[in-house]
Order: sequence, then structure tokens, then C-alpha cells
Amino acid sequence: MNKIPNRKAICNVLLERAQTDRDIVVLCSDSRGSASMAPFFERFPDQSVEVGIAEQNLVSLSAGMAKCGKKAFCFSPASFLSTRSYEQAKVDVAYSNTNVKLVGISGGISYGELGMSHHSAQDIAAMSSIPNMRVYLPSDRFQTACLTEALLQDQKPAYIRVGRNPVENIYQEYCPFEIDQASVIPNGDVQKAVSSGKANWQALGENDVAIVACGEMTGPAVSAAALLWEKGIPSVVLDMYCVKPLDKKALIQAAGHAKLVITVEEHSPFGGLGAAVSQAVASECPKKVINLALPDTPVITGKSQAVFDYYGLNSVGIAKTAMENL
Amino acid sequence: MRELTAKSFELRQIVLDMIMQSGGGHIGGDFSVMDILVTLYFKQMNISPENRDDPDRDMFVLSKGHSVEAYYAVLAAKGFFDTEKLVREFSAFGSKFIGHPNNKLPGIEMNSGSLGHGLPVCVGMALAGRMDKRGNRVYTVMGDGELAEGSVWEGFMAAGHYRLSNLCAVIDRNRLQISGGTEEVMSHENLADRIRSFNWNVINVNGNSIEELNKAFEEARLEKQKPTCIIAGTIKGFGGGEIMENKAVWHHKVPSQEEYETIRAELNRRREAALHE
Repeated sequence: MNKIPNRKAICNVLLERAQTDRDIVVLCSDSRGSASMAPFFERFPDQSVEVGIAEQNLVSLSAGMAKCGKKAFCFSPASFLSTRSYEQAKVDVAYSNTNVKLVGISGGISYGELGMSHHSAQDIAAMSSIPNMRVYLPSDRFQTACLTEALLQDQKPAYIRVGRNPVENIYQEYCPFEIDQASVIPNGDVQKAVSSGKANWQALGENDVAIVACGEMTGPAVSAAALLWEKGIPSVVLDMYCVKPLDKKALIQAAGHAKLVITVEEHSPFGGLGAAVSQAVASECPKKVINLALPDTPVITGKSQAVFDYYGLNSVGIAKTAMENL
Repeated sequence: MRELTAKSFELRQIVLDMIMQSGGGHIGGDFSVMDILVTLYFKQMNISPENRDDPDRDMFVLSKGHSVEAYYAVLAAKGFFDTEKLVREFSAFGSKFIGHPNNKLPGIEMNSGSLGHGLPVCVGMALAGRMDKRGNRVYTVMGDGELAEGSVWEGFMAAGHYRLSNLCAVIDRNRLQISGGTEEVMSHENLADRIRSFNWNVINVNGNSIEELNKAFEEARLEKQKPTCIIAGTIKGFGGGEIMENKAVWHHKVPSQEEYETIRAELNRRREAALHE
């Protein structure tokens, strides 16, 4: 049972890199605990900025620091970061093209019991519709670490959403990772996972289902593929952590060699992964696409796993959807 | 200072031409803020086309981005781009000289336009400057109508908390906004006290006097414990004469040909007067 949440994986990378890179700065809005960034604040007080409960200020300050050469990592609950400070993300970060990495913590329905004010089921839609804003939802802690390392190497804006709770490891110490390339996982067998650029699509052959997932839904998607394989149904899972820019090449290959495409996400049915995948598949290689997502209603409250189960956002729900639609 | 005052009226003429040529712009605020920008760019800030990428340069953000015509005119006079090209291309289809500051142009640090962003961004710049032990200063210019944005006060709060004495905010206090008087739309009673209470040094000046502004900026440099806010009392449409000054309608009115001639003549008269004072 993994006990390290993805947010902690980000902190670990920043702690290591900040030892030699004085330009890394971390900004929090009374959120250093929730962000797992307290160790960073303790270790690097001169590279840490507390702004108090003021998300608009948080994002603008980050942009100002980035304009002066800092690599700003800005942490706040995804629900607030993606809406309260939306205009700052649009104008000061994306439009002004500042090197700010907006990290939405406790994303999706991590705060399941706390109600819609604390749910961020709209952040992918909001952020991905801003020009020059990339959107990443890493799946497990290994991929999160690889993503953080990669984002430290570029100077461009990005929004990263991670959940509050630890998620089961998908990958091991070796995590196939190339920036903006989905991981291709045949039949849910993570031992065979590769970055899409290295995938041998011919060898992968024809599949019944292509399952495209991101963030915390990737784990259930992988388990669903294993369940399907047990029943003799071949599939391919795309870990589409890069929702924007979407890895269209991999998507077209996977969808082109499948009878059915299923998307799974912890997000509203509008403007998220499902919408992006449906748009691309419809125009490039028309196939039936089923979007599994949270409903367009205030989500029922409870522990996030119970909420996922209620809406069928789990391995059994995904496998069942596949079997019913083949 | 006489030359700079004369220059401020010349630059207002450029603004007038830009607005006539393009058929749009925010002339009232351009004319009120002009002396603040001229003082900053020609007397105070360490910024020029030659050092625009130097990390030690002074930083500037025009938070009241709609006064972009004045800003462009000053940057052109400073040598960042060609004045004739500016007047010809301002607001033209596909032009980089768009109706709000655009950092694809040399000399402009941040895009603005939506109000209430400049001060918080500059707080970040000032923090970064202090972190790197640079001696540079950070400036922003806001409108007074803009002060109704909550994000401005988040910026005041953070700058006061962090005692950012390398930060100087200027308020172009012309007391008019698009719907009328600022005090009727949303009052800023006891403005200086409000800002002081956020741990800021506050200086009131005549914002259409380059001499007074320059003194205030010098005084701000001496303050080592707090950020400074200069409340620059200005006249909206300053320099445009009786038909234009202190009239809310000129927030973004485009002059008729007759008005253009009148305003142009008045700017010329004041320019001459400044030179022969």
C-alpha cells in the first residue's frame, strides 16, 4: 500500500533540485501543509513565499517573480486555483508567458466530503481553454516525479493537478516517461508500458478497447484492462497525463486499432479529457467513444473512493462499460 | 524640467494623433498619466533599449493598461520603437501595437488590461529583486477607479507585510472613471490613511507636475522600511484645455476634427509656455 501522495513526490523533487538551483521558488496560500511543501519552507525559507489566503495574489506574485528569472511553483487547492485566480492564470501567467507552474492540489473530489466549493471538477476545462496553458494530470508518484523534473527544464506555463490521497503505484522505479507522450499499457500489463514514441503499434495489433485515462483514474483503468484480459478481451490503456497538449498521435493509433474508445476522468463531462479525446477521434479516426466522468450536478459527498464507486468510476465500472458496448 | 514638461505636451500630441488615426483609445487617462510616465522614464527608472534584458534593470508595469497610448508614446520617445510606425499601426489589424500593453513589444514586461493585476505582479518582482539582492526598483501605475478591485488590496497587504521598500506604486488620482466621479461610483475616502494602514509610506503630490513627482520619487528612494505609494492628484484630460479637462466623457471619446484642432492648439500653447516659463 503506497503512502506517498503525488504532491509529496513533487516536494521531493523540488527539495533535491533547489539545493543547486537557487531560482526555484515555492509560493503557497496558507496551503503549505496540504501541498506537502512544509519541508521545502523549512529547508529553503529564502526560496519560499507565503501569501496568506489570497489565491489571486498568489498567482500574480508568482508571475512577477517568474518575470524576474524565478522558476515559480505555485501551490493551492485546485478548486480555488482554477477558479478564484482564473484571470490571473489567464493574463499574468499564460498571456504574459511567465514561467509559472500552477499546481492544483487536492484536485477533483479529493475533498469528497466537503462539497462542491472544494471540488475541482472543472479545472481541466477551465485551464485547457486558455491559450499557452498546458494541463497535466499525472497518474502515480513515479510519473509525478518524472513530470516535475521535466517541467523544471522548460520556461513555459503549465497547470498540474494532483490529488490529496496516495494512489496505488502503477509504475515502479522505472517509469516510462517522455514529456507530452502518453504511456501505452497493453492489456493493463504495466511491465510492458512504454512512452508512446517507443510503442510498436503493429505488434500491439488490433484491440477491442482503447481506454484513455488521466490522473487518479489511470489506476482503475489499468485494473479494468486486466479484468478484461482475463475474459479474453484485448485492450490498450493510454495514460494520458498530458491532457493538453493531448498526445494525438498515440490516441489515433490506439483508437484506430480498437473497436471502442472509453475515456475515464475525475472531472465534469464537459471540456475535460473525454471532450478532447472525442473531438480528436471524431475528426481523425471516427470510432464510438464513451466518456466516463463525474455527473453535471453537485457531486454526492463522501470519501472520494466511495464517490468514485457510486458513479462507476472504478475498475469494475470501466470493464462493465466495455463489455456492454462491444 | 522645462524641457520634460514641454516633452509631455509633445507626447500628448502623439497620443492625440494615434487616437485620431485609429478611431479609438482612452485619451482622458492618457493625458492625466503622462507626467507620471515621463518622470519615471526620463528621470527615474534605469531602463532603456540597451539594458532591457539586464536583470538589474528597473521593472515597470502599467496596471491601468488602458492608458496604453501614453505608454507607447513614452516608450517610442525612449527609443524602444519608431514613433511614426506607432502612430501608423496603432490598433491596426494584426498590429503588435494593440489597445493594451503587449509584451511582444520591446520594453514592455507584462501584458495588462484587466485591472487590479499590476500591483500584485510588482510585489512578486520586488520579492524576486530582494531575494537576489539586486538594487533595482519596481514601479507600477494604477488608476483610482481600479482601486475597487479586491486584488489591489491583496497586493497592498503583501507588500506591506514583506516591507518591500524597493516597490513604488503610483495612483493616477484623476477622480473620474467611465461612469462618473470615483467618489460617487465607489468612494476612496481617506485613501492615504487606508494605504498607510497596510504599512505603506504614502506621499501626496500634484501628479501633473514633473518637478513634484520627481521629488516624491526621490523621497520614496529614501524609505528603507516600507513600500511607497505616491497618490498623484491629476486632472483627467490634462493639457486638452477647457473642452476636455475634468470631463468623464473623455474617458474614451474620440475627438471630432474641430475638437482635434482645438486640443492640438492648446497642447502647442502649453508646450510653448513650458519652454518659455
